[in-house]
Amino acid sequence: MKRVGPAVWVIVILTIPLWLPDQYILHILITTAIFIIAAMSLNLLLGYTGQLSLGHVAFFGIGAYASALTTLGFNVELFGGLRVVHEPWPAVVGFFVGTIAAGMSGYLIGRLSFKVRGAYFVIVTISFAEVTRLVALNWVELTQGPLALTNIPPYTLGLPGLGQVTLWNKTAYYYLVVAVGLMAYVIISRLVGSRIGRAMIALKENETLASSVGIDVTRYLVLAAVVSAAVAGSAGSLYAHYLKIIDPDIFLFIYTVTMVIMVITGGKGTLAGPVVGGIIFGFLPVILRDIAAPAVQWILYGALMILIVFVLPQGIVPALERWLAYWTQRRDARILLADNSKPGDGS
Amino acid sequence: MPTREPEVALSIEHVKVRFGGLIALSDVTFSVRDGEIVGLIGPNGAGKTTAFNVFTGFLAPTQGEVRYRGTLLNGLAPHEIAALGLVRTFQRTSIFQNNSVFENLLIGLHRRGPSTLWDTLLALPREKAAEQEFADHAHEFLRFVGLERRAGEIAGTLPYGEQRLLGIALALAAQPSMLLLDEPVSGMNANETMRVMKLVETIRASGVTILLVEHDMPMVMQVSDRIIVLNYGRIIAEGPPAIIQSNPDVIRAYLGEGKKRA
Repeated sequence: MKRVGPAVWVIVILTIPLWLPDQYILHILITTAIFIIAAMSLNLLLGYTGQLSLGHVAFFGIGAYASALTTLGFNVELFGGLRVVHEPWPAVVGFFVGTIAAGMSGYLIGRLSFKVRGAYFVIVTISFAEVTRLVALNWVELTQGPLALTNIPPYTLGLPGLGQVTLWNKTAYYYLVVAVGLMAYVIISRLVGSRIGRAMIALKENETLASSVGIDVTRYLVLAAVVSAAVAGSAGSLYAHYLKIIDPDIFLFIYTVTMVIMVITGGKGTLAGPVVGGIIFGFLPVILRDIAAPAVQWILYGALMILIVFVLPQGIVPALERWLAYWTQRRDARILLADNSKPGDGS
Repeated sequence: MPTREPEVALSIEHVKVRFGGLIALSDVTFSVRDGEIVGLIGPNGAGKTTAFNVFTGFLAPTQGEVRYRGTLLNGLAPHEIAALGLVRTFQRTSIFQNNSVFENLLIGLHRRGPSTLWDTLLALPREKAAEQEFADHAHEFLRFVGLERRAGEIAGTLPYGEQRLLGIALALAAQPSMLLLDEPVSGMNANETMRVMKLVETIRASGVTILLVEHDMPMVMQVSDRIIVLNYGRIIAEGPPAIIQSNPDVIRAYLGEGKKRA
């Protein structure tokens, strides 16, 4: 059972574009998957080190802008008449630049704000996201401000056996997003299952005790912030090259909130949590659009969120795990009882 | 070969701590030699826990120097002091409540880990071997304190006495060469106290120097080679248990004498 489950999931995920007729649903699936990657990265910070980053969308947006600008090129004047000209580079290079740029800003925020914890950290992260939004809005020469960066080219990948492939269509893009998502999942799961992840969990549970057994608290917080920001940045790059247009609204607080909702409802501190929460709250608006008036949609959205948090405060995945453990135990107990009632009777 | 005096493990020189107008420790000077078990006692509020916090980097002394095997500890972070082999337990929460007993030990073993970020991300064979070694060590320490049958249980659900034992195992996992125990037997029954006393002796026999704060007088007197008595932030007596027990200053500090205290 434990071995079969993941395999079935992998098959379902890999064949979706083959049997899904509706391109619109595929589109929702791609954007949802991109947000799930961002939510997974947030979960590394929130669920494992216990730090609530309410400016997480900043890393996503920095990844998106850095990737788009690397690909589109720019020509800006810095102070003192110094001009910086950048010729367009391939979109794939943009992906890595976006990931690294986000990771570096994660390092900055990590070093800066892990000196201040708790509520102060939350405020610093919110402010950081707001500042990045204002920069994107007002540095018109670089970002075109509210006019948005447009015509962001798609990725061109050199695939073995297929040569150079430009990802114009949704099916191809879907596979790319799934591949990046799987990679992020593997990175995060290896990290949290290791000595490094145990150090993160230890400092979430009891920072004083963690440092008393020799865990360098700041180091692991910064490490988590860098990995988390880099993964969020890669999701941002996927987003920019998929939509082909990004504007400063990408830094809006609502996107951070969406990620937090995905993590909390799915179950923070579990690997599957952000995926489950992400699927529910990624598809919910689409489902609600068909069954409710626009005004009612968001009320239902909010109501479901509150309901989940109220009924399952730990999130959906931990609740499912508990039920599963409970039923296995009951089943084992029944088997045991049945065996005992028929002594000497072979099965 | 002439027998040499054991080396000084921990040395405290003229340490003073003040919180605003309150002097928590004033001019505390003493040392603990390698292989000793030293008891630090004193009435409530004497400054024992403050002293522990200063020795392990959780509190900066206002004045004075703390050295461990020659290294000046002033200004070092707690994890850096732990890395030198000076490890402590805490009076209240000395375990990770929400993790299993086994996970607690794995966390405690952090310092042993040679594995790096790349080993982990690439899942190199080295990483797997290190994890196996971690698991073996964790079981070893659980056996040592007699908690191997509790490995899978959530630490916070253990009976109180076993939580304290786990706290000691967790500190031991961090490979100390000197262990600071903050009231290891407080709230324990006689049986559990006996068990901890034996454990403390075994730990010392394995080459770990011990400094302990404790209120259980029979326990401290029996287990310690030497006792240091703190009262109102100063050392009022120091010596072998038998002499401390009959020291009039110590008796006065604990029982009072009906007069107004200085």
